[in-house]
Order: sequence, then structure tokens, then C-alpha cells
Amino acid sequence: MCISQVPDTSTKIILKDNNTAISSDGVTYIINPYDEWYALIRALELKEIGVASDVHLITVGKADVEPIIRKGLALGGDEAIRIDAVASDAYETASYIAEYAKTTGYDLILCGKESIDYNNGTTGVMLAELLDMDYIGFATNIQLDGGVATVNREIEGGEEVDTCNLPLVISCQKGVAEARIPNMRGIMAARTRPLKVVTPGAVTPVATILSYEMPPAKGGIKLVDPNNMDELVELLHSEAKVI
Amino acid sequence: MSVLVLVEHTEGIIKKKSFEAVQYASQIAKQNSTTVTAVVLGSASAAEMEGLGAYGAQKVLHVADARLDELHARAYSKALIVAAEKESSKVIIALHDINGRAVAPRVAIKLKAGLVAGALSYPDTEKGFVIKKAVFSGKAFAFINILSDIKVITLMPNSFQLNKGEGKATVEKLNISFDDKDFGIKVKQVNKVSGEVSLADAELVVSGGRGMKGPENWGLIENLAKELGAATACSRPVADSHWRPHHEHVGQTGGTIRPNLYIAIGISGAIQHLAGVNGSKTIVVINKDPEAPFFKAANYGVVGDAMEVLPKLTAAVKKYKENHK
Repeated sequence: MCISQVPDTSTKIILKDNNTAISSDGVTYIINPYDEWYALIRALELKEIGVASDVHLITVGKADVEPIIRKGLALGGDEAIRIDAVASDAYETASYIAEYAKTTGYDLILCGKESIDYNNGTTGVMLAELLDMDYIGFATNIQLDGGVATVNREIEGGEEVDTCNLPLVISCQKGVAEARIPNMRGIMAARTRPLKVVTPGAVTPVATILSYEMPPAKGGIKLVDPNNMDELVELLHSEAKVI
Repeated sequence: MSVLVLVEHTEGIIKKKSFEAVQYASQIAKQNSTTVTAVVLGSASAAEMEGLGAYGAQKVLHVADARLDELHARAYSKALIVAAEKESSKVIIALHDINGRAVAPRVAIKLKAGLVAGALSYPDTEKGFVIKKAVFSGKAFAFINILSDIKVITLMPNSFQLNKGEGKATVEKLNISFDDKDFGIKVKQVNKVSGEVSLADAELVVSGGRGMKGPENWGLIENLAKELGAATACSRPVADSHWRPHHEHVGQTGGTIRPNLYIAIGISGAIQHLAGVNGSKTIVVINKDPEAPFFKAANYGVVGDAMEVLPKLTAAVKKYKENHK
């Protein structure tokens, strides 16, 4: 199962270095919520009900991401792997993870539907392509039975139920599992669980972030009298031109 | 050198957001003095496909395999790669939606191409091939430079105004030999929620928060949405309390939407909620607390009790519609 370190959802984004970087001052880092709340917890549940044998956590990052790995282990992961690199985009992240996954061989790879920092949602699909696996995105329910996965996934205006033989990559969202908090026993056990550090091979970058920009401030609010909704509708029609 | 664009359809009817993708491709093609080739997969009529000419496609490559009426991402990416080779395409475009997001990353890996997921701008070729996209769920934007020879882009729907022109595209059949492996995923059941406007693609959205007090008051939201032809959404506490289904949750850990109009009722406007909706073109906030932070992010505000304001707004919309028939 793949986890990514991201700034806490309450973080205010502050740019630095002439808008070429995001300030990490005062930022609290967490496991990407889709990875933790849904993918990781479902992976643990699949182990608890006896259809999965081991849950490995894998992330790409330098030593500063280890606190989130320890949290993942405290929730119940058996083993963690940190690929010792800084990835400039999903292509690199997926390439590093695929390189390691090929040596171990996984039946099921779970990840969140996207990370809340770069909002790409591409790492899981890329991983599937690199590992020659199928991929089901935006899952809301995952069941496993004898090497076959049954997955409910979001489609436009509804939901679809798919089946697929393992190996398989699935991206998870709300519905797949209910978030948990680690207990004291888990936190203690996490200290002794293995955390492997792997040095990856080189990947030629295919994209790079040049700079950032903050969204423009809204140009002042217009207040409308609650007893004059005709005026609001007229403004939406003639001024905002949205109806 | 043609710019390649994957076009989506529902039972043969091409989706509006795919017209936008074709138009986006045609703008890039003009920058590079080349043409647009659209790829249509599955069952679609010649007239529908020729119609893509009105948005700037010169040619359509049609893979008429009925199995492609369902999303089979490995088959889709194979078709795009064959088409890209045939057309010597350097730029490949799909939509940043459920289908496009399952296909484009595969194409990027296969062609060793850089990918911008969720493009909001045309590429700026002054400093390379630089495209703007939202990051941190809309709290900021990033400018991504694609370094590889081939570029893959998923376009965020509803980013550009559609301008329908004239012209017909020529349709050419493309035959592709698929493997069983390309159809590894079996669709067992499809449950479509009929009659509702899909939230991700909705141009108008009416959304409720804790200020609605309980699920029993949602009729007021639904009435307004129905009158406007809008989709309904909600804040996280509302979904967590099971007042509304989870798929309606918008915000940083729910869906990100960018409709033309977002009406937020009884939502205070926490930073996590704003992150999911601040791409909306116009925001209306209705809240009885004049200090609600959401007012700072809004274009129009109404300070008042939702239970009283909503029926009045619904009536006003109804009146407006009758006057503008």
C-alpha cells in the first residue's frame, strides 16, 4: 500500500523563494487522508479477515517522512519501505515504487484516489502500467475472494461493480473503510517493526514545477437583502452571467 | 505531428466536455501550425463524429469495437498509442475525469512522456511547455514544465468557454488488435442515479452545511436545485453525519468542483471546504452568521436564515424563468 506525506488539510499555503517553492514553516505533515483513512485501513481489514497475509507500506521521501511511516506502522502495517529519494512528479514516484515492487511481487496495491497536495491521482495508474497490472480507480468498496477482487467504483452519475483477477492496483476513496486512530499497543509495536530504506535507480525527469501562484483575491462581496431575492437572481443573470 | 485528443461519449452521444477538449487541442494545434485528430472509441454515429469539426478537429480515428463502450483503460491507452504513432503526435490530450485519469497516465508511462494532470491553461511555449494547474486542492496554482518530447495533458473540464464553429471532420476507421489482457476488468453491474445532475460536471451547484440543521430540511435545497437545474452538494460534517450521501461531499477530502455558480447555504467556509470549491466562477453564500469566513470568499452574500431565504430564492428563480421563457 502506497502512502504519501502531505501538509495537514488546515495548512495555509505560503510561497517562498520568489514563488518557486512552498514554505514548510509551521506546516504539520500527515499521511495523505485518502491513503490513510481508506487504502491503509482497508488493507489492514483484509489482513484481519484473513484474505491478505502481510501489509507493507511504501513511500518515497527523505528521512523527514519517517514520522508518517511510523504512524502507518502504528495503525497496523507489518513492514515499511522508504525509497530514499525526492520525486519531482508522479512519473518518478511511480517509477521508484515499481522498481521495488518488482523485486518483492505484490498481489494487491492500494493507494488513495489522489494526494491532497498535487491532486494528480496518477501514481497508482502509472504503477499499474509499469507493473503490467490492471487498475480500478475511485473505489468505494473492495472485497477479495480467492484471487478475485470485487470492487465498487464511482462512475459519472453513479456506481459500477467490477471484478478483476489479481494482481491489481486500486485507488480508494470514501466508503472503502472507516478511519481509525492508532492505539498504544500499536504505537509501541511500531517501534520494532522493520523500516527498510532503499536507494533507487536514476529516473530521467519528464516534468518539473517552475513556479507557483496564489489564487486571486475575490473582488469584494456584494450583499443582498434577504427579502429581495429577485435582486440576487437578477445579479446572477445580468452581472455574473451564470443563469 | 497532429495533436491527438481522446473523445468520450455516452451511448454514442459525444459529451460536451469532450467538445471542450477538442477545442483546447485545436488551439494548441494552431500554436504549432498543425491539425487535430480526435480518437473515438466504441459505438458512435458518423454524424456525431463529423460534428467534432465544429470544434476544430480535422480528422477522427474511430475504433469501432463495441467492447470499448465500457471503460477498459488498457485497451483505451493501446488505441491512443497506436493513433499517436500513426499521426506522429507530440501532444496527447484527454479529460481530467474518471475515464481520462485512468487512461492518460498509462499513455504517459508507455511513451515516457511528462503529464500535466488537470490543466487549466494552454501551454506557454516561451519557457518550454508550461501549463498551469491547481494544487493543494485549489489553495494555489503550479506551473509545470513538461520536458519530454511527447507531452500528455488531462484538461480540467469547464475551464474554457465553448465556441462552436463550422466544419466537418473526416472519419477514418482504425483497427486495433486487442488482447484478452486489455479487457481484464469485468463490469458486473451499473447503478446510475437517474434524474440527478452529476456533481462533477454540473455548471450550477447548490450546497448545504450544518446550518441546514438536519436532513429533514434538505427539501429546501432540492427545490432550489431543481428550479435551477443544479446538482446538490454538501459539506463534510453533513456527509459524516449521514444527512447526505458521501458522494455529495465537496472539499479538500471530498470532491473538488469548479462550477459556474456555487451557492453555499449554512456552510461556514472552513479552509478545507473552500479548497474544494474555490475554483467556482461565482460563489453565493447564504448564512445567518455575518462573521462566517465564507463571506470573504464569496461574490454575493445574503445574511439571513436559510429556512426563510431558500423558499424566497426558489420563488425568485421560478419567477425569473417564467419571465425569460
